[in-house]
Amino acid sequence: MLAKRIIACLDIKNGRTVKGVNFENIRDAGDPVELGAFYAAAGIDELVFLDITATNEKRKTLADLAKKIAAVINIPFTVGGGVASIDDVRVLLQNGADKIAVNSAAFKNPELVSALAKEFGSQCIVVAIDTKQEANGEWYVYLNGGTVATKTTCLAWAQEAAKLGAGEILLTSMNHDGTKAGFALDITSAVSKAVAIPIIASGGGGTMAHFEDVFTKGAADAALAASIFHFKEIEVHALKSYLLDKGLPIRL
Amino acid sequence: MNVAIVKYNAGNILSVTYALERLGVSAVVTDNVELLQKADRVIFPGVGEASTAMTYLKERNLYNVIKTLEQPVLGICLGMQLLCSFSEENNTPCLSVFDESVVSFLPNGTDKIPQVGWNTIGEYGSPLFNGLAPDAYCYFVHGYYAALGPDTIATTHYILPYSAALQKNNFYGVQFHPEKSAAVGEKILQNFLDIK
Repeated sequence: MLAKRIIACLDIKNGRTVKGVNFENIRDAGDPVELGAFYAAAGIDELVFLDITATNEKRKTLADLAKKIAAVINIPFTVGGGVASIDDVRVLLQNGADKIAVNSAAFKNPELVSALAKEFGSQCIVVAIDTKQEANGEWYVYLNGGTVATKTTCLAWAQEAAKLGAGEILLTSMNHDGTKAGFALDITSAVSKAVAIPIIASGGGGTMAHFEDVFTKGAADAALAASIFHFKEIEVHALKSYLLDKGLPIRL
Repeated sequence: MNVAIVKYNAGNILSVTYALERLGVSAVVTDNVELLQKADRVIFPGVGEASTAMTYLKERNLYNVIKTLEQPVLGICLGMQLLCSFSEENNTPCLSVFDESVVSFLPNGTDKIPQVGWNTIGEYGSPLFNGLAPDAYCYFVHGYYAALGPDTIATTHYILPYSAALQKNNFYGVQFHPEKSAAVGEKILQNFLDIK
């Protein structure tokens, strides 16, 4: 049976992991390769490396990083952050990334999604959507790291992205991100039911029960978290054992 | 051990090279006929689309070379599918090493297509799976599958039961990605290298 996936996200700036991480068992938690290898050994199902550097040197840095990760890590990983062209994606895939996340560039130029799917196959194209629920109750798409609002609903963009050939959707609720109060179950479930591609839920996971909820009530195919893993508030193996005990299909 | 990886227009060959390096084996990525024929093991990897890949193989005479290899050969994902008789992906006649054909998952209203993620494999019928626990998890990414048939040496289930792996004579094929399947995948690759 296909397992529900637990994904750890590492934010990268200038080739280093950010969000102060503190691990006893690894030499250099600031090294994304070493931290990724630690999670892979701990039983995480996938890794996402998100580059938040804003420089022209970024493309090369990210490609070099992908290659180092691919050499060491024996599970699938996604790379993202400022990916805007077919060439960007080609370089990252050639350097060993399994999937590429595209966010603002895909929204601004939806044809990029279909072009990428045609060139490389849907299976490696993850459309990342940052969404925020506003006072009217509606969920809207936000761009550029959540700083720019749009008038497009999350559901409409998710459906279009799927139609254009996205292989998965990485859905981050800005209302929930960092709160540790639980994932955005309603919008996750709505998007999951509206599209026929897998949904990765992101933002708000703070307890093991939150992960159970996002798989059952939220109909997510995968759940992603960052700091709760980095700060060891939740250990990967304990989380997966918990979910398995709850009857969910989990790889242990 | 001299391992050759077939070089063609398919994605993510680097990951296979690295996975072998982690097992202490340095592989050569090549479309050179002599190097492929002389290797102790040949790996035929691949992520991509069937008809484009078959056209490329035919144009470079790799079509006949691959079919007639005599050492252990391992097809991975698209590589396994190309070793089958036919693929529904753009109605592509394939290499016909395996008797099975490759068909598209049909939507059932609940399971998503393509299958992306970790699924269990079982009913092992080959030394390729020596030492694995029952229902070991492997990483799959695919929208087409090889049906069950006489060459099936492991099964899996997504929407319906189908072949997780095939074998005929010296040819092996796995639908999942051993190079991305953590310790289980490493064991399967090692078993392939250890085949007598």
